[in-house]
Amino acid sequence: MKASAFSYARATSVSNAIELLVAHGERAKVLAGGQSLMPAMNLRLLAPEWIVDIGGLGELRGISVNAGRVAIGALTRHADLLKSVDVAAHAPLLTEATAHIAHPAIRNRGTIGGSLAHADPASELPACMVALDATIIVRGTAGERRIPAKEFFTGVYDTALSAAELLVAVELPAAARNSAHFFGEFARRHGDYAIVGLAAQAMVEGDRLNELRAVFFGVSDRPQPTKATAGLVNAAVTPASLSQALEALGEELDPPEDQQANGAMRRHLARVLLARCVAKLLDRSESGGGGRS
Amino acid sequence: MTAPLPILLRVNGERVEARVLPRLNLADFLREHLKLTGTHVGCEHGVCGACTVRLDGEIVRSCLTLAAQAHGAFVETIEGLSDSGEIADLQDAFRKRNALQCGFCTPGMLIAAQDLLKHEKEPGRGQIREHLSGNYCRCTGYQAIVDAVEETARVRRERKP
Repeated sequence: MKASAFSYARATSVSNAIELLVAHGERAKVLAGGQSLMPAMNLRLLAPEWIVDIGGLGELRGISVNAGRVAIGALTRHADLLKSVDVAAHAPLLTEATAHIAHPAIRNRGTIGGSLAHADPASELPACMVALDATIIVRGTAGERRIPAKEFFTGVYDTALSAAELLVAVELPAAARNSAHFFGEFARRHGDYAIVGLAAQAMVEGDRLNELRAVFFGVSDRPQPTKATAGLVNAAVTPASLSQALEALGEELDPPEDQQANGAMRRHLARVLLARCVAKLLDRSESGGGGRS
Repeated sequence: MTAPLPILLRVNGERVEARVLPRLNLADFLREHLKLTGTHVGCEHGVCGACTVRLDGEIVRSCLTLAAQAHGAFVETIEGLSDSGEIADLQDAFRKRNALQCGFCTPGMLIAAQDLLKHEKEPGRGQIREHLSGNYCRCTGYQAIVDAVEETARVRRERKP
């Protein structure tokens, strides 16, 4: 189908974009790369009266590393993330995750800010932001708000962003020397939205995990950090403690059913991913509880 | 202002000036306004890849791009890539290997394959499949397409030592 009719405004600056959003409020949608918004509009799931196109705001595109923090502008495209040596060095989880986002033609247009503001619960970047303990930076007429990623996502396509605010950047701590990460997802076709996915960031010392943020996506209305791994942190990971964690994970998750998978299948796939995750973080081959890698 | 917007862009090297409704996507602009019907419209939500074109040198979904967003840009369609001879060898390999039947996906498939071949001199079959994963073909089962892309890469390597 085609998008329904709308009025179009090309923002000339960040403050101009905010003025436009203040003027049109809930009736307006921000257009960045358009790779989530345009499908939703073509399918008539969304029919905004106004489109505020921020695509020309070059100052919102780019990656910088400063004092142990990685800052990524909202208009940075998935293809930019994938190619960035800074991201590969300081946030390798993002490099790996981005390769799973859709297809090359979509990664050339889609932006990190667009993906986060859209907040599809099956998409990769929101979960990565929570796993990386990122801060989402939004700007409105009253100035800037810095929102921890774990508080930013509030439901299906829903965030802490108000209709008169613009997501301008994200900031995350650069990966420490003894950090490790895992990213995995199951999808019907490479690049499709995940049936279940897992993004994890950890601190590893020897064969122990000192810290672990494991965040599932595609299992809830928002990225879901798991508490089931508590017994694996600051303790020896044994086949017994791992299968305990996998069992706890199954109890903790209450995944939705759709045409791709029912809840039980999602729960199973989540367990497979967690087993793979722990094996990779500890640089072990999988033993018990897992499924083949 | 749902009124038409003025846009100015280059399409296959030619300067184009037009007035377009904001809701008009680039695929429909190319097909309906410029009669460049090699760009196909399949799913209209970014899944099938039939509408793939190059925008400022990068492949994009023209069904997920507004014509208004192409203002100031350089657009290349399958007509441009064919006429310039840039992909003549790839088209030849598609023909020779029966890498198309109905041909609906072929323009998008060729543009996506050429994008890979430009960046990767020696792509493996897995890499080819991954790069073309956003382009649906309902006829061939993909084997012949992967063969054709692989062969084109090989021939190009041998031609340019």
